[in-house]
Amino acid sequence: MLRINCPVCGTRDETEFTYGGDATVVRPAMDETRAQLWLDYVFNRDNPRGPHTEYWHHVQGCRQWLVMERNTLTHEVGECHLAKEAC
Amino acid sequence: MSEAISVLNGATFDGFVSIKEAGLRGMISVRGDFAAASFTKAVSALTGADFPAVNEAKFAGDYAILWMSPDELLILCAYENAQADADKLAADLAGEHALVANVSDARALFAMSGELLREALMKLTPANVSEDAFKPGQVRRTRLAQAAAAVWMLEDGSVEIMCFRSVGDYMFKLLCNAANPGAELGL
Repeated sequence: MLRINCPVCGTRDETEFTYGGDATVVRPAMDETRAQLWLDYVFNRDNPRGPHTEYWHHVQGCRQWLVMERNTLTHEVGECHLAKEAC
Repeated sequence: MSEAISVLNGATFDGFVSIKEAGLRGMISVRGDFAAASFTKAVSALTGADFPAVNEAKFAGDYAILWMSPDELLILCAYENAQADADKLAADLAGEHALVANVSDARALFAMSGELLREALMKLTPANVSEDAFKPGQVRRTRLAQAAAAVWMLEDGSVEIMCFRSVGDYMFKLLCNAANPGAELGL
């Protein structure tokens, strides 16, 4: 069980949250025409063994989107902030 | 219009804490920009209560304002007045980027009282409900076992619990089980 430190609500169990995927993916410019870049953006994700920056949605709490550091190897949870705030 | 009846029609349970299905209560869901003075003024003017800070509940007579999220509030009021109050607030907020909805019939409300109510709650929620962390005038939007819920503490130390009406029966059984005589945690 992860314990996630929501910046609004305080520390809560993972069961209140929903995983939202890799938070480091950046959308290509809208006029980008190279298919490979769009393919990478939509489908291709790294599967790192170690630190990972990811989105979590506090769906049963304050309903805010969070960006959180998590170590995929140890499940250690690091820095967590609101996704609408700049990093 | 047909007679409105709450989800469990006032069911009660006496365990190591008392649980009561609290009947019909007016509930108005409000979303808007908390930083806008026009928004906070309209909400306070309707209810007579101060505007709540994060995780706070403010009470004034029949009314209460509960913090739900950084852009969402729940106003409690008398059931009979809910639609009129919602209409009034919507009129006051006309032109603002805000949303007002009467959700009274979509919800179930429970009252829990007793010295050991924190023990019953901490079996069900991941939120910290210890005396240091959860005090009168505070609200926690969280989950109780499998159902989304909001829990707030009144000035007298009792709590009220709100959930969707569709899980009202589940919630009542959950609370009764947590408060079963002999199931005290003995903290």
